[in-house]
Amino acid sequence: MTPKFKAQAGTFESSDIMILIEPLEKDSGRKVDISSTVILQFEEDIKTTINQVLDKLQVVDLHLIAKDKGALTQTIEARVETAVKRSLGIQEGTM
Amino acid sequence: MKNAIGVEIPEYIEGLGKLEPFQGVWKSIIEDEVPSTNISRTLKAKKPHVSKLCKNLEEAIKRCNPFNGMTVTCHHHLRGGDGVLMQTIKILDEMGIKDITLASSSLTSAHDGLVSYVEKGMITRIFTSGIRGALGDTISVGKLKYPAIIHSHGGRVRDFLTGRIKPDLSVLAASSADEEGNATGAHGPSAFGSMGYADIDARYSRNVIIVTDNLVEYPCVPSTIRQHFIDYVVKVDSIGDATKIASGTTRITNSPMDLRIARIAATVIEHSGLFKNGMSFQVGAGGASLAVAKFLREDMKRKGIIGSFMIGGVTSYGVDMLNEGLFHSIFDVQSFDAAVSTSVLNNPNHIEISCDQYANPNNCGSMTNKLDVVVLGALEVDVDFNVNVITGASGEIRGASGGHSDTASGANLTVVVCPAFRGRLPIVKDRVHTVVTPGESVDVIVTERGVCVNPSKPNLAAALKKAGLNVVDIRDLKEEVEGMTGVPAEKQLGDKIVALVEYRDGTIIDVIYNVENLSQ
Repeated sequence: MTPKFKAQAGTFESSDIMILIEPLEKDSGRKVDISSTVILQFEEDIKTTINQVLDKLQVVDLHLIAKDKGALTQTIEARVETAVKRSLGIQEGTM
Repeated sequence: MKNAIGVEIPEYIEGLGKLEPFQGVWKSIIEDEVPSTNISRTLKAKKPHVSKLCKNLEEAIKRCNPFNGMTVTCHHHLRGGDGVLMQTIKILDEMGIKDITLASSSLTSAHDGLVSYVEKGMITRIFTSGIRGALGDTISVGKLKYPAIIHSHGGRVRDFLTGRIKPDLSVLAASSADEEGNATGAHGPSAFGSMGYADIDARYSRNVIIVTDNLVEYPCVPSTIRQHFIDYVVKVDSIGDATKIASGTTRITNSPMDLRIARIAATVIEHSGLFKNGMSFQVGAGGASLAVAKFLREDMKRKGIIGSFMIGGVTSYGVDMLNEGLFHSIFDVQSFDAAVSTSVLNNPNHIEISCDQYANPNNCGSMTNKLDVVVLGALEVDVDFNVNVITGASGEIRGASGGHSDTASGANLTVVVCPAFRGRLPIVKDRVHTVVTPGESVDVIVTERGVCVNPSKPNLAAALKKAGLNVVDIRDLKEEVEGMTGVPAEKQLGDKIVALVEYRDGTIIDVIYNVENLSQ
């Protein structure tokens, strides 16, 4: 699936992560930028978690910016999923 | 050589001399010969009616004949608002003085400006109880010529008395002083309360300058620092940033997590067997630890308990408890907020004490040895109950030893409060990055996910279980936490020692290596 809109999910609070998504042209590939307060301790974990969610939702062409303040894996998964679904225009429930 | 907690300690460090390894909390103090260096005061004479007043700090420092390689000391009673230490270093630098040993009782965010003096080698040694901010980063990457020495508050007094620290010049800020140098922090527009740390510098330094923004008619009454120790007096426009020196009252945290931890900790105290009339108590000023006072206050009122004394860093919250009659007295080595100064000044049961009386391990009456319960914070704890309050997640220096190990060693019940993890970083580790307070002197660690009791206190564990507290094995807690956060990547450290952690008896309990990568 291909993101259609700019979208975001999350906050800048401690223990949360802010995910911003920008659509890219088809076949541009996946571009993921991560900044984190725990980058030295969990860089690989955060990357893997984000990519796993994107793989599961089958999105490839997008630019994802993650600004992490020490979110747990489950939080990262939820924020990425929400941001992707918003960018696809398929979110359910309230915004 | 390995010390008692298995840390490899170098026998000798250039610029600092021979090191003794930590042997155990009381071992060297009780069983070994106490270091008995006799520190004599420099004999001086002043003709009658000669003024000590200097027109500015520069003139006063010049009169003290500064020299290369000298030791300069200050106190940290002005906290983040201090303007005197930086001014002193700047003047010495302009005079071309080099190879300074800086021995301030602590260093705060007000001292980030020291970075350039460290980098250019004007300051080559630092003795202190706390280092933070940009200065901490600079030392952590290895830019100070010789390793910094982190001592405890009590350890600093011992360092003075054994000659480990030999102060040549002490520049001491006061909120009121007279022309002879009688000085106090308890009154005046910049009042900051107790001068407990400065008292030591005034007594044992070769040259003492009092700096004040409020020169009063002779005599300055009441005063803490007395004139017969003082060489020169300087009136300045400002001793620092008044809003950071004397800012209101300390508030209890609103953080639900900290309040939850504090509630559990207060319940631990209530069922420890020490919660009774005559109890003595100390609590830190940080988030969860200060909040313990709030719950203890409620519990004391509910059960009609009247305590004996509170000590330590004193907040307005402690003063409120004194005024309510919950404790008989407060012994105050350091005041944390402006509202405390008024109480130091006016309440005879609010007693200003020197750091010597507070925590020096090598005297026969330190208050920490009379302490029943102390509540302390932690950056990290480990499965052996060791506590780190000095290095952060990347191994960088960013904290303070303060009175942590002093109070832990003396108290009947040492309670450490901390969250199980902070922003994904697990706080309970196999081994803390830096040991400041050895597990031998820690009884209970309280987190939001369970209470861990030192295996050396099985009766306490049984009592807390009986009271319905969630007592857990610290190794199980560690695994539970790592199951949620994941296991953090190893720190990237170099092989250069950038700081030594000196235990209160003068032995070395841990070493800090340089950090290759700093967190954002």
